[in-house]
Amino acid sequence: MVHKVVVTGIGATTPLGGDSKSTWKALLAGESGVTTLSQDWVSQYELPVTFAGQAKVPAKDMLTPQEAKRLDPSSQFALVSAREAWLDAGSPEVSPERLAVEYATGIGGIWTLLDAYDTLKERGPRRVLPMTVPMLMANGPAAAIGMELHARAGVRTAVSACASGTEAIANAFNRIRNGEVDIVVAGGAEAAIHPLPIASFAAMHALSKRNDDPAGASRPYDTARDGFVMGEGAGTLILESEEHAKARGAKIYAEVVGAAVTSDAHHITAPDPEGTAAARAMIGALEQSGSTIDDVAHINAHATSTPVGDIAEYQALKRVFGDKLSTIPVSATKASTGHLLGGAGAIEAIFTVLALHEKTAPPTINLENQDPEIKLDVVVTPRKLEGSHILAITNSFGFGGHNAVVAFRSVE
Amino acid sequence: MALSAAEVLSGLAEIVNDETGIATDAVQLDKSFTDDLDIDSISMMTIVVNAEDKFDVKIPDDEVQNLLTVGDAVNYITKAQG
Repeated sequence: MVHKVVVTGIGATTPLGGDSKSTWKALLAGESGVTTLSQDWVSQYELPVTFAGQAKVPAKDMLTPQEAKRLDPSSQFALVSAREAWLDAGSPEVSPERLAVEYATGIGGIWTLLDAYDTLKERGPRRVLPMTVPMLMANGPAAAIGMELHARAGVRTAVSACASGTEAIANAFNRIRNGEVDIVVAGGAEAAIHPLPIASFAAMHALSKRNDDPAGASRPYDTARDGFVMGEGAGTLILESEEHAKARGAKIYAEVVGAAVTSDAHHITAPDPEGTAAARAMIGALEQSGSTIDDVAHINAHATSTPVGDIAEYQALKRVFGDKLSTIPVSATKASTGHLLGGAGAIEAIFTVLALHEKTAPPTINLENQDPEIKLDVVVTPRKLEGSHILAITNSFGFGGHNAVVAFRSVE
Repeated sequence: MALSAAEVLSGLAEIVNDETGIATDAVQLDKSFTDDLDIDSISMMTIVVNAEDKFDVKIPDDEVQNLLTVGDAVNYITKAQG
């Protein structure tokens, strides 16, 4: 038997706001969460990129000092957003054996790792914190959430670069759909605004270098786009079987109707320019939902603002939607948030769910001159979504050739 | 200039508070680190290393297992200051 899956709670901490409500409000208002970095290490290392989308509210402010001390910033963001989502879902009563966690990160506890290595070199092994390894491991965020909520049906971590968050939601969806569990806490977190990833991404010319205009730097589909902007934070969704949610009278934001994960096997960083595997992920999610392209009323694109990536996704979209594509409103919300890497798919899933719930597609800021090669109907001011039981998809693609897509349907 | 036992206790209480959140006035000489204060081995190692820094003493790993109570630690540190 296949079980229907619904979203009953959301939580987020992002460059736009310390929770999902303030994030969504700032997104609709067309704000940018990208600012100039004021940390000493920017000038110390003469970094070629001097800005990022830093979390609006530091996670430490939302935790006790003792909680913060034992958690890498990525796990701190995860826990803060998971607590918000769990509360939002009404702190459901659920058997621990029917509660799971699927929580992603792209990089893991990189601050912990690199700080500890500095300590080792400068002060010796005895000064390395005993919690270093459990703090830096990629499953740290998932484990912290699982521990807090007593989830005993499995706590897992998808690691597929910038597709991680979406892949975690896909995994969560399938566990509930298959009847293995009643509730999954799903999402992704990232805290990688550190000089080393900045240096690495800049060396591969993946980052925007618009240092004099941080708020205008993330500009998907614009002719002047020159790379992505790093962001940090986390997003969490409470996925629940429809029968479990209805039995407890839970508020339902939207239904999760399909998910698919594919891989390019083409290049470690460059997307397949044909977009074949990315297209298959979209088709897979739609097929699982039992819907057709005609039912899709909104797309939250991956659209990182890199010259190559935005075109490749467009090619994949064209393969799937053909002539229908020009009639579907597309939002590229990384324009406002920057790119949260392993957290990106999670916050964009939340944006997609809220777009359906409020029947409003969020704007794509910084689009001044749309790339003539990308013939999309890009949403630039909040736009009403018409119709009932409408579908929306969210796309995520990651280094390694990972493609993940989740489809949601509005609940009336 | 060696610190008195009372000064060591007060300094140690601050370290314990910083690591665990336990109120400084709950860190008393007769309290067991594990049974009364519920401090786990990971926090204990961090407290030991921070105490070494703060009081400029060495507390060998073999010695840590003998420091069952706050009083044991205060005595050890007071003597080790030489």
